[in-house]
Amino acid sequence: MKNLLELKGVHTHIGAYHILHGVDLVVPRGQLTLLLGRNGAGKTTTLRTIMGLWKASQGTVHFGENQGQDQGQGDGKDITHLSTPQIAELGIAYVPETMGIFSDLTVKENMVLAARSAKRASDIDTVRLEWIFKLFPAVEKFWNHPAGKLSGGQKQMLAVSRAIVEPRELLIVDEPSKGLAPAIINNMIDAFAQLKASGVTVLLVEQNIHFAQRLGDSVAVMDDGRVVHAGSMAEFSADPVLQQSLLGLAL
Amino acid sequence: MKFELDFDWKPLLLVPVLALVALPLVGTASTWLTLTIAGLAMGMIIFIIASGLTLIFGLMDVLNFGHGVFIALGAYVATTVLGGMQEWTGADSLGRNLLALLPALLLAMLAAGALGVVFERFIVRPVYGQHLKQILITMGGMIIGEELIKVVWGPQQIPLLPPAALQGTVFWLGASIEKYRLLAVVIGLVVFLALAWTLSRTKIGLLIRAGVQDREMVESLGYRIRRLFIGVFVVGSALAGLGGVMWGMFQQSVVPQIGAQVNVLIFIVIIIGGLGSTGGALIGALMVGLMANYSGFLAPKVALFSNILLMVGVLLWRPQGVYPVANR
Repeated sequence: MKNLLELKGVHTHIGAYHILHGVDLVVPRGQLTLLLGRNGAGKTTTLRTIMGLWKASQGTVHFGENQGQDQGQGDGKDITHLSTPQIAELGIAYVPETMGIFSDLTVKENMVLAARSAKRASDIDTVRLEWIFKLFPAVEKFWNHPAGKLSGGQKQMLAVSRAIVEPRELLIVDEPSKGLAPAIINNMIDAFAQLKASGVTVLLVEQNIHFAQRLGDSVAVMDDGRVVHAGSMAEFSADPVLQQSLLGLAL
Repeated sequence: MKFELDFDWKPLLLVPVLALVALPLVGTASTWLTLTIAGLAMGMIIFIIASGLTLIFGLMDVLNFGHGVFIALGAYVATTVLGGMQEWTGADSLGRNLLALLPALLLAMLAAGALGVVFERFIVRPVYGQHLKQILITMGGMIIGEELIKVVWGPQQIPLLPPAALQGTVFWLGASIEKYRLLAVVIGLVVFLALAWTLSRTKIGLLIRAGVQDREMVESLGYRIRRLFIGVFVVGSALAGLGGVMWGMFQQSVVPQIGAQVNVLIFIVIIIGGLGSTGGALIGALMVGLMANYSGFLAPKVALFSNILLMVGVLLWRPQGVYPVANR
């Protein structure tokens, strides 16, 4: 199994704070990798560092497969020092914890912006759009409404829809179930299951147990700015002692 | 454009309400009409200048206190261009007058836009994200600009009159209306419509509006916001240059300090409007223009600080300005 994304010994400082202390993380291609950990463990910082929104002060981030072997640095292209737009252009879509919805813009306008190759809504691939409308009917229903008027769950659906409006190699999503009602979470789980089936590689931060167990192929657990456990989800689910020791709770 | 029922329409009433409140105070309808059109014209000119500044702040969080230098440069370039075309500006033909005015406006915009490129690169770029330094260095940039203008054009006041056919007044419903002010309203409307169209109908416009709300997310979607910002900075500077010509003709003369004089007004305007909001800036500019004219007529002593009063009043109602930009 080739890795699509690989972090090696990544340190990140934010101002005077040293948040990541040497993160090693791999995201295998075609899989859904879960990033777990207590609050403050560094999950969001890891995602932001991958996106170049915060710069790694040490270590490397590689993305893609074998484009010009750089000496023993693992596969892929070194994206550690690229700017955020350059990283996104390589085919990484990012949904932040705050969702990043442009609330003064309509749902349609949000989608047009996410589709880099589209000048207007009619340029968006209709087959793909129909598929998104099926996954998230609210996006179609509120197409011409200001995105700021959507409910929390609808905003999250829009945020994910934006990330998949064009094919991307890697989808990075920070806590898609946060603050959502259980019924909507199930809806979201179904959507991610379909996304997985379509072959997209996903890196997901998630606290919701059902979400994690239903979707995860592999799992990485963070604590205090490091990845302290990495393995398959099946193994992790079957080991309550490990869960207890890593997360302070059993799945 | 589809009209949303939940559109925040209350700020739209501010301008007509202000005008209607002034009517009984002014007394005679014809005087009121004169003042109102003068105020709207002044407001339109201020809007042309302020629209760029509000986007510059909204998009990159840059406090550009040097915006006035583009105003001054635009006005001075116009004095030179029009000074060299006196046969045209003095001719008693509206067509020839406008043909003289057009290159003056275009060259003023071009010069101010070019200065914008330099200003962004050498003065603004080193201080991204540092408000205090931005204030200090952009003000410093404006002082240098002012002095350079004195070197080129001299420290004295230079007359900048509208072309012959646009001087004088027309009478309408008993009110005397300066022709030039009508032109100012027309040009202001054209600028506003062009901006509104760009912001609502083009992808660049969508990116600007999105960037004003959440710069980081725009970058995460794969767009280079720096380039966008440089574009906005240059267009904003060019508009300030255009506004400078209009303002200079409105005052009928220019002095090197013209930029600093207008600076205060445009900051009031963008604060009233909600930092980053173009629609808000239009409402703010029209109110400032009207207020200046009404108070100048009714109570000249109050006129000096009437716009501060206006700003205080608006901020008591909406502390973030009439159209607060979300996510800020």
